[in-house]
Amino acid sequence: MEFILFYIFGFIAVVSALLIILQKNPIYSAVFLILTLFSVAILFLLLNAQFVAAVQVLVYAGAIMTLFLFAIMLLNIKYEEKAFSKLANLKITGIFVTFVLFIEFMYMIFLRKGLGIAGNISPEKVAEVGNVELIGKILFTKYLFPFEVASLVLLVAMVGVIVLAKKKF
Amino acid sequence: MVDLIIELVIIILKIGIVIGAVMMGVAYMTLAERRLSGFIQDRLGPNRAGPQGLLQPFADGIKLFFKEDFIPDSAEKLLFFIAPGMIFVPALCVIAVIPFGDSLNIFGREIQLRIADVNIGILYIFAIASLGVYGIVLGGWSANNKYTLFGSLRSVAQMISYELALGLSVMGVLMITGSLRLTEVVEVQRSYFFGFIPHWNIFLQPVAFIIFITAAFAETNRLPFDLVEAEQELVGGYHTEYNSMKWGLYFLSEYANVITASAVITTLFFGGWHLPWIEKIPMPQILLELLQIGSFVLKTAFFSIFFIWVRWTFPRFKYNQLMSLGWKVFLPIAILNVLVTGLFYAIFS
Repeated sequence: MEFILFYIFGFIAVVSALLIILQKNPIYSAVFLILTLFSVAILFLLLNAQFVAAVQVLVYAGAIMTLFLFAIMLLNIKYEEKAFSKLANLKITGIFVTFVLFIEFMYMIFLRKGLGIAGNISPEKVAEVGNVELIGKILFTKYLFPFEVASLVLLVAMVGVIVLAKKKF
Repeated sequence: MVDLIIELVIIILKIGIVIGAVMMGVAYMTLAERRLSGFIQDRLGPNRAGPQGLLQPFADGIKLFFKEDFIPDSAEKLLFFIAPGMIFVPALCVIAVIPFGDSLNIFGREIQLRIADVNIGILYIFAIASLGVYGIVLGGWSANNKYTLFGSLRSVAQMISYELALGLSVMGVLMITGSLRLTEVVEVQRSYFFGFIPHWNIFLQPVAFIIFITAAFAETNRLPFDLVEAEQELVGGYHTEYNSMKWGLYFLSEYANVITASAVITTLFFGGWHLPWIEKIPMPQILLELLQIGSFVLKTAFFSIFFIWVRWTFPRFKYNQLMSLGWKVFLPIAILNVLVTGLFYAIFS
C-alpha cells in the first residue's frame, strides 16, 4: 500500500516539477509548483513525518505560493513570455549546470551508498512520544542555535523589505 | 479478511454520512440565509417551493445543473474549468478530522465517531483550509476580467492577513490541551470547574475565541469581511464570469466552509460533542451517544446561524479597515494572548 502511494505521488512530484520549467505561462508554473509541494508533503506523510507534512502544505503550498501567485498575477504575462524566449543564449549555461548537477547526483546515489547515519528515532517512538513533541524537543535543545539564526535571517529579510518599500524614489 | 472488509465498509459509511450531512447542511443554509434575511428585513423570503419553502434548495440545485455552462472567450480555459474544484475539494476535506461523537457500540464493535483521528488534527485543518484560496485566486485570474482579478487580489491579501491571527489564537487552546489531536482537545473539556461549570475553553480563552471567530468570518469571506465579492464595487467579485454549476460550486464551498468553521469553533471552544451534566443521569449508552452527537450538531448549527445573523446585521468594512484590523489589532492581541497563557501556565502548574 505504502509503496503504491509512494510511486503515485513520487511520479506526480517529478512530473509536475518538470512541468514547472516546461511551462511558458508563469501562472501554470506556479500551479504545478503547488502540486509538487503537495505531493512532496504526501511523501513526508508516508515517512511518518505528519508534522513536517502539515507544515509543508501550510507554509509552502498554502502561504508562500499564494504570495507567488499574487506577484505573478500583477505581471504582464504577454511581456513575460517574450522575455522568456530571449533567455535562449543562457541555454548553454543551463545545460552545463544541469550536467554538473546530474554528475553530482549520480555520484551521491551510486558511489556513496547508505548516506548519513541512522538516527535513534523509529516509527514506534514517534507514535509513542508524539510527532510534534519530538520535533519541538530537538529544535529547542540540540538545534537551538541554527533555529535562532534562521529566525534572525528571516527578520533581516523583513527589515530589508520594509526599508525598500518605504524608500522614496 | 472479513474484519478488514467490515472496517472498510464502516469507514466508507462514515465518510458518506458526514459528507451527506454537510451537503444537507449546506443546502438548508442557503434556505436559512434567505429566510432569516427575510425575517430580519421584515419580509417573507422564498416560501413557495414546498411547505415553508423547504424544497427551495432542491429547486435551486436542479436549476443550476441545467443552466447553460458558458465560458468567456478570453478566459484561460483549463484553469477556469478546474478552479471551482480547487475550492470545493478542500472545503469538504477539512471536516474529516472533527470528532462528532465519542464512540458507538454496535453489535459488539466499537465505532469511533470521527473519520480520521490524526495526531496533527488542528494543523491538518489549517493546512487544507489554506489550499482553498487557490480556487478563488485562479478562478478570478483565469476569467480575464478586471473585476474578478481585483476580487482575487483582495482574497489573497485577506486570507494571508487573517490566517496569522487565526493560527495564533488557537495556540492558547493548544497550550491548555497540550495536544494537536482534536479528540484530546474535546477530552480535556469534559471535566468541570468547581464541579458544575463545564471546563470549556471559552471560559479559559475568551480572547482567543473572539479573535478566532472574527478571523473565521474573514477566512470564509462572509460579511462584514466579504470584500472579495463586494457587489457594489466589483460586480460579483471573483466569480463574476462564472455561471451554472461552476458558480454553484463556489456557492456551496462558501457554505461548506461556514459549517466547517462552526464545527471547528464548537470543537475548540465549546466542548465539541460534550453535553454538560448528562453523565449523572442514568440512561442507556446508545441514547447518551446519540444525545452527544445531537449536541454537537446543535452547537454547530447555532454558529452557522450566527454567521448568517451577523451578515444581515453589520455593514461591510472598508478595505483599509480590514487590513489594519487584521495586522494592527488582532495579530498583537493574539500574540499577547499566547504570552499571557504561557505565563499563567508557567506560574500555576
